Amino acid sequence: MQNSCIVLTYVHNKGLKLVNMRNIFEFYIDGFRNMKVGKTLWKIIIIKLAVILLFLNIFIHDKSIKSEYKTDEAKSNFVYENLKGK
Amino acid sequence: MEEHLVDWSRAQFALTAMYHWIFVPLTLGLGFIVAIMETIYVKTNSEFWKKTTKFWMTLFAINFAIGVATGIIMEFEFGTNWANYSWFVGDIFGAPLAIEGILAFFMESTFFAVMFFGWEKVEKKFHLLSTWLVAIGSNLSALWILVANGWMQYPVGMEFNPDTVRNEMMNFWDVILSPVAVSKFLHTIGSGYVMASLFVVGISAWYLLKGREVIFAKKSMIIGATFGLITSLFLILTGDESAHQVALKQPVKLAAMEGLYDGKESAGIVALGILNDKKTLTNDEETYKFEVEIPYALSLLGYHDTTAYVPGLKDLVYGNSTRGIISAQEKIDKGKLAIKALEEYKEAKKANDMVKATEARAILDTNMKYFGYGYLQSLEDIVPPVATTFYAFHIMVTLGGWFTFLFALVLYLSIKKDISDYRLLLKGAVWSIPLGYVAGEAGWVVAEVGRQPWAIQDLMPVGIAATKIATTNVMISFFMFATLFTILLIAEIKIMTKQIKIGPEGGH
Repeated sequence: MQNSCIVLTYVHNKGLKLVNMRNIFEFYIDGFRNMKVGKTLWKIIIIKLAVILLFLNIFIHDKSIKSEYKTDEAKSNFVYENLKGK
Repeated sequence: MEEHLVDWSRAQFALTAMYHWIFVPLTLGLGFIVAIMETIYVKTNSEFWKKTTKFWMTLFAINFAIGVATGIIMEFEFGTNWANYSWFVGDIFGAPLAIEGILAFFMESTFFAVMFFGWEKVEKKFHLLSTWLVAIGSNLSALWILVANGWMQYPVGMEFNPDTVRNEMMNFWDVILSPVAVSKFLHTIGSGYVMASLFVVGISAWYLLKGREVIFAKKSMIIGATFGLITSLFLILTGDESAHQVALKQPVKLAAMEGLYDGKESAGIVALGILNDKKTLTNDEETYKFEVEIPYALSLLGYHDTTAYVPGLKDLVYGNSTRGIISAQEKIDKGKLAIKALEEYKEAKKANDMVKATEARAILDTNMKYFGYGYLQSLEDIVPPVATTFYAFHIMVTLGGWFTFLFALVLYLSIKKDISDYRLLLKGAVWSIPLGYVAGEAGWVVAEVGRQPWAIQDLMPVGIAATKIATTNVMISFFMFATLFTILLIAEIKIMTKQIKIGPEGGH
């Protein structure tokens, strides 16, 4: 017996039906395989996200209020010190 | 805070926001234009409209893919460069942004896949529904971020908690239905619709100038010009409401938009003018070197009354008791009281002196409205850069007028005559694409430069919102962002141009 995961989804001409997850997976695989300009766009998206999320986040945005102060109390003390008596 | 650092942080945020805004407006408007075209396809079952829809959908996808995640950088910057600000705003900024991420983004991305991969695989009507939902999802994303921006321009629906040193949301509906947020949302999405219409009309005009894809170009042009004309009128109405809200909530910005130093009744709008750069708050130089004024228009725009008094910068800085306008000095004094009360409250709480803490809290609550003024060094600090605000406002309005005229003329000639014969107009339509971006960016300059020195209106000036970090780090990241975004922009233009040259036969 084939292992499968059944989900409720919309099927062409049949409305909402319980279908195999595999069909949804194939929908995406087929879509990606037949892309034309989309392939270039995905390359750009992946490179861009790598630059933004990895490089910039690690080397440039390495220190933020979240990373430096772990508790809400520490964060509010830090901001209070900046706000008072300026 | 070191002024140099604040200026670099400010420049960095402005750069990322302005580049982000290059990608956003086209997504906001083109989604709906594509959905309209697909609706015609589903109604007529014509292969021509299917091909037309697919072409514009591909350009929509290029813009969407290259623009996606450019806004994330700004969210990083809130934590790194604007830590005081991001803590102080509390959940008011966080809640709308979280809703944007969860609801709108997932809705957009789910149906985006159906829209692109679902041709021939799902029922036509379901595909059409997906296209409409992508368009609506994009606009819902804009709603939440613009609600957050609207709150910065007019903070409502919250209460400052001195224990946590942050604002806490008291009423979600006051935040989301704030008149400033609503008018900002409608005016901003309206500008996106006009931008997308200019894009469709301009590219169609290019095909006609080249003598290519004539039927496709003419039909696309009719859709683009119709959508553009309707949304231009919508933009004028929402612009009127935005100006009214600015007059009520940010009168200094309105005065700067018009270079109005002395308040007056029945104030006019300068339709065309050059500011006198020698003019200051304290001298009697003429405000303009040259001006053409539309009488009564500023009173009408700001207060919907041709005889209304419009306060000038001098009234707002030095006060005008006969008009009931308090001076910036009074506000600064109240702001200093609020800051001192916060310190006393914290000290009293530390010493467990609840009587003193209650007294300090009462003073803080009474003067909290002017909290940010306590950090200003001089009265004149409340005035934004007048020339930048003035010229940006006039560029935006003039271009908006041109776009409305262009759409009306293109639509008339497309229906009544052969628009291919009007080559000068077609060239004007092509050149109006970059002008659309100029108008959109100018609009944001008015909104953001015009509200300086505030990060949050009246509550927190930009200098206090900024984090003390190494200026060199901010400078390095500024140039990195500039490089990254420029590369993305070049990539977008190259891919888009290639796809346009291929024409409607290209496919996704």
